[in-house]
Amino acid sequence: MDRPAGVFDVRYEQDMAVVRTGPQWGVLIGFLILLAVLPLFAGSYFLGFMILTGIALIAVLGLNILTGYAGQISIGHQAFVAVGAYTTAVLMDSFHWNFWATVPLAGIAAAAVGVLFGLPSFRLKMLYLAMSTLAAQFIIIAFFNHAFPDYFHAVSGIRVNRPELAGIDFRNNEAFYYVVIVIAVLMTFFSKNLVRSRLGRAFVATRDNDLASEVIGINIARYKLYAFAIGCFYAGIAGALHATYYRSVNPMQFHLDASIWYLGCLIVGGMGTTVGAVFGVLFLRSIKELVVFVSPVLGGMVSPINAPKIGPALGIISWALVVILFLIFEPRGLAHTWDVLKSRFRHWPFKYAF
Amino acid sequence: MPANNVMLTAKAIGLSFGGIEALVDIDIDVRQGEIFAIIGPNGAGKTSFFNCINGFYRPQKGSINFEGKEITRLPSHRITELGIGRSFQGLQLFNGLSVLDNIMAGRHFHFKAGILSDAIYFGRTRREEIKHRKVVENIIDFLEIEPVRKQIVGALPYGLRKRVDLGRALAAEPKLLLLDEPLAGMNRDEKEDIARFILDISEEMGITIAVVEHDMGLVMDICDRVVVLDFGRKIAEGTPEEIRSNEEVIRAYLGKAS
Ligand SMILES: Nc1ncnc2c1ncn2[C@@H]1O[C@H](COP(=O)(O)OP(=O)(O)OP(=O)(O)O)[C@@H](O)[C@H]1O
Ligand SMILES: [Mg+2]
Repeated sequence: MDRPAGVFDVRYEQDMAVVRTGPQWGVLIGFLILLAVLPLFAGSYFLGFMILTGIALIAVLGLNILTGYAGQISIGHQAFVAVGAYTTAVLMDSFHWNFWATVPLAGIAAAAVGVLFGLPSFRLKMLYLAMSTLAAQFIIIAFFNHAFPDYFHAVSGIRVNRPELAGIDFRNNEAFYYVVIVIAVLMTFFSKNLVRSRLGRAFVATRDNDLASEVIGINIARYKLYAFAIGCFYAGIAGALHATYYRSVNPMQFHLDASIWYLGCLIVGGMGTTVGAVFGVLFLRSIKELVVFVSPVLGGMVSPINAPKIGPALGIISWALVVILFLIFEPRGLAHTWDVLKSRFRHWPFKYAF
Repeated sequence: MPANNVMLTAKAIGLSFGGIEALVDIDIDVRQGEIFAIIGPNGAGKTSFFNCINGFYRPQKGSINFEGKEITRLPSHRITELGIGRSFQGLQLFNGLSVLDNIMAGRHFHFKAGILSDAIYFGRTRREEIKHRKVVENIIDFLEIEPVRKQIVGALPYGLRKRVDLGRALAAEPKLLLLDEPLAGMNRDEKEDIARFILDISEEMGITIAVVEHDMGLVMDICDRVVVLDFGRKIAEGTPEEIRSNEEVIRAYLGKAS
């Protein structure tokens, strides 16, 4: 493995560390400071972008644990985001709970529903399991659409207020940005730790070889459920933030498209790497924004009847195209590109090291 | 010389797949400290017997007892925790993990920290990672695979991967280690290395070994006792010398016609 030149580990702690050199700490702290001071000079639009990116990142980190690490393909992830969003919305709307108290509950509720829909993983693998998570997508959304209209309000959905804490009003994006970023950074930190500990190894073990996993004492069934629980817990937290950011929750927000888009983020970023989840979300979110800028221009060039269709069509086509291009040219995703660049930089002017 | 305590007893094991009788009325004892070999022609039922021991297959008849405990119906991962480790015929590694992580994964059930502790990777989890890392590094030294410890196993040559497989099994600290054709597909040098490792595992680590192998050289040189299976039946049992001159064994290997 490549190290920055001149860095030698003499203790296992050093070898285990994720951030190991002074400059690396510098970059990390610099990045966190940048995130912290961003609202001082970024406009509300850019903060909105960052908020949505943060929320999507939390969801994708969960999917990365479930699908990238544990190998349980889920194409219903957005439904678990919905479970979190509805948990927060109903608790705040019907039961007048404090937002902060609903967040962990949103995660736990999504985890519980995730475990339920994860039960088929005892018997099903790969494509067949994917089908059963697809069922989750439709069943859960139909549930919110039709069940308990007094609480869920069917298609019209639930209105949600943004939280307040210690006198700070989170109704403006500047303040809410901090809520999302702090949670996203924490969730990234937890995710990285989980996957490099025993749990992460057990996930990859179940993914790569179930016979060998049993033989080293891994209870595969249990670890599959852990993966569903943790992956969907992340989705639930993203859902809680989603509900409060949009200030409303309705079934239309939780389409299958979003579930597939999350998988697209993993493919573009690199399945089964934490940094890949971050890159993938940033990349595909940026493309989404680009489409928002480009489509009015393109809309001006076609007939007025077709103009409004440009945006949505371009939205899907663009990210789908990007995903396909990545599958062809860089199936290991941006995380791999990143590794290659780092290693080039470290060995420069040589091509590679021994 | 090892004490003669019986460690594992398989009694009257019967296993069939539809019409195929893979194992018929098999009685086998493995004694504490020995290197025990199971040999036999292809399809004799050797791998199936291992699969019964570690819970992959459920024999329809008979029972298996390990250190006084009935294990016939236990799930595989429980049997592992009781102290039975295993390497596979062919390769069954975690291809997405590094050599180090494959062997670390082998220590799975020795870890005690919970998920929340893992998430913050501090205190208990960190201490455990370091503690187990030391054990794993000893295994890596023992198997002489230090230079590749950080490499993803999917990219390693076959001989090295077989060592990783052995390392992962050792990492669980088994009392009984089942090795299914550890020498298959190896060249002479690699075979000698593995044979040396097996002897060291037996003598220095005190682990009891049951090995399935087609390479008679290994069996005759390092094994204490041999059982011969043929078409799912036990046809002979004894020391390597006794087996070498056993009429029925010779017939099984040379063909039934004679
Ligand atoms: N899962 C299974 N389903 C059906 N038949 C099986 C199964 N496993 C083993 N068998 C059959 O049981 C018999 C014994 O197979 P086994 O793999 O135990 O042989 P072996 O002695 O390990 O042979 P080899 O030296 O080729 O590895 C064979 O006839 C095989 O086809
Ligand atoms: Mg076999």
